[in-house]
Amino acid sequence: MSTATLKPADSPTPIPRAPMPPAFVEIDRLNFFYGDKQALFDITLGIPEKQVTALIGPSGCGKTTLLRCLNRMNDLVDVARIGSGEIRIDDINIYDPRVDVIELRKRVGMVFQKSNPFPKSIYENIAYGLRLHGIKQKSQLDEIVEKSLRGAALWDEVKDRLHDSGLGLSGGQQQRLCIARTIAVEPDVILMDEPCSALDPLATAKVEDLIQELKARFTIVIVTHNMQQAARVSDYTAFFYLGKLIEFQSTRDIFTNPKNPQTEAYVSGRFG
Amino acid sequence: MSESSYFPPRRSILRKPSWAARLESSFFVLLRVATYGVLLAAAAIFIDIGWKGGRVVFQAAPPFINVPFLTQAPETLNVFTLDGQTVKMGDRDFRAYKAANPEKLRDVHVSTYVYSAGGIFPNIVGTVLLVLGSMVIALALGVCSAVYLSEYAKDGPFIRLLRLSIANLAGVPSIVFGLFGFGLFVVAFDWNVSLIAGWFTLAFMVLPIIITASEEALRAVPKGLREGSLALGATKFQTIRTNVLPYALPGILTSSVLAIARVAGETAPIMFTAAYVVRDQMPWQVEQWTDFFFQGVMALPYHIYVVASKIPQNDYTSDVQYGTAFVFLFTVAAIALAAILLRARMRKKYRW
Ligand SMILES: Nc1ncnc2c1ncn2[C@@H]1O[C@H](COP(=O)(O)OP(=O)(O)O)[C@@H](O)[C@H]1O
Ligand SMILES: [Mg+2]
Repeated sequence: MSTATLKPADSPTPIPRAPMPPAFVEIDRLNFFYGDKQALFDITLGIPEKQVTALIGPSGCGKTTLLRCLNRMNDLVDVARIGSGEIRIDDINIYDPRVDVIELRKRVGMVFQKSNPFPKSIYENIAYGLRLHGIKQKSQLDEIVEKSLRGAALWDEVKDRLHDSGLGLSGGQQQRLCIARTIAVEPDVILMDEPCSALDPLATAKVEDLIQELKARFTIVIVTHNMQQAARVSDYTAFFYLGKLIEFQSTRDIFTNPKNPQTEAYVSGRFG
Repeated sequence: MSESSYFPPRRSILRKPSWAARLESSFFVLLRVATYGVLLAAAAIFIDIGWKGGRVVFQAAPPFINVPFLTQAPETLNVFTLDGQTVKMGDRDFRAYKAANPEKLRDVHVSTYVYSAGGIFPNIVGTVLLVLGSMVIALALGVCSAVYLSEYAKDGPFIRLLRLSIANLAGVPSIVFGLFGFGLFVVAFDWNVSLIAGWFTLAFMVLPIIITASEEALRAVPKGLREGSLALGATKFQTIRTNVLPYALPGILTSSVLAIARVAGETAPIMFTAAYVVRDQMPWQVEQWTDFFFQGVMALPYHIYVVASKIPQNDYTSDVQYGTAFVFLFTVAAIALAAILLRARMRKKYRW
């Protein structure tokens, strides 16, 4: 499947651009509803593998909704339903009734807007997911806990208090703990919903650096309302407006050379 | 045009006397008096029981506690005058004394007062057993229903009917539960008057409290924790078991404290289902362990009821009533305290 077909059909390509890496997650003509209210309109988007893709747009435009479609977190919302369209990973529609949602979520991890460490020790926060994956041996747990905390750039700060509550950490540390917990189970995709919205600039910088490092191992989708952040961390950016995908380009092109006037208005700060 | 013209002119911030203010402050006094009135009534009850019951349970001479009252079974009190002295004796002592000195008591008039000697040990044991067993059943059933209602059930007419029934159940008088338990467990299930019949009857009585409070405690667990767990690939059941229920337990235990007080205190539900007026064996004196569940027990509230209303009243029975009430309050307080301590420990372990 070539990625070109996954671009919005009506987007002209006047300037030749570097080809996108192959898509890992293919969103194909997705229509999504909350009850009778349509929240996503005919979204077609290929999320490139081992890259950071940012979803931007004014609030209420459906970024969170789309993100939560990718790991079927929207199943928890009673009124949520897919009207039509597919989301494919490995050429399997994740909304196919044969799909095991539990296995899907093991492959598509998620970091939430409001950091949500479990009220357990730092160690247990990470071991929890590992045990779900059947890893029970203490030595293995120890090893992966350390590796994940290092991977989340948190090890040096918490190595002496692994058995203290995760809630005793600062906001930024809590969010990195949630990232550590997610990467510990080695998903293919990590979804992040405004992971820095509650963090101060220093903590934000740390998380952003971390995202850059994680890119080598994971396909990352990040929702952000902060355009500077999108510009700093992402390789590709999708701009949404009122539930529609307006433009999807490499981040550099979106910010320097947007094709759609709405995109241009948004990224230049004239609305939103 | 100045904007301030819309507003009344600036007023002094000094207080001005007004009827509204006076009414408000007198209303405040009324509220305060009402609250103090309640406090006063509660204090009067506790002081009365504490004073009169304390005299029965405690004593001036070492060991300062009336040990027989706490460790013996109720007995009939025998009072007689011998050589110008009033002698009080429990039934067992009296019979031994009579056998030893048959001629001494020949012409002596002996007054007997049932349940006024000995102690209330079997009643304490019975009440503790009733509370423990019924709380285990009530918590198991209640927490399961609460988990179902708050985590699994989708809102619909059936669930609404279910919730309505639970709310109504809370308003059913305890005597109705007693009769229900008698009809179902004692008669239909043929469990006779037994611990197990009392457990289920009491458990059903407090189920509404437990279910409602547990549901609330479950709902108080932040959504983020469930989502965090599900996003890691946990099943719903794993999520509830490891990341919802443990955090809700302190709240559930709070409701249990209320339920414990009710279970321990209600007389009506046990009087047809589990309580004996008098029983010679202690609950552990059974032939087979299965018999344990199918024996009736003596219980504190029922003992108070019997001693206060089923036998002739006098100073001796009054002592037993106050002493039993005192021990009863103390027992309930002790069980509740244990639940509160358990809750505090859990709160410390799981805080969000
Ligand atoms: N659980 C829900 N039920 C009904 N409507 C919802 C729900 N969640 C979000 N919406 C609606 O869907 C639209 C998109 O919301 P969302 O995806 O949260 O936007 P964003 O994350 O871009 O701010 C909004 O109009 C919002 O009101
Ligand atoms: Mg959002």
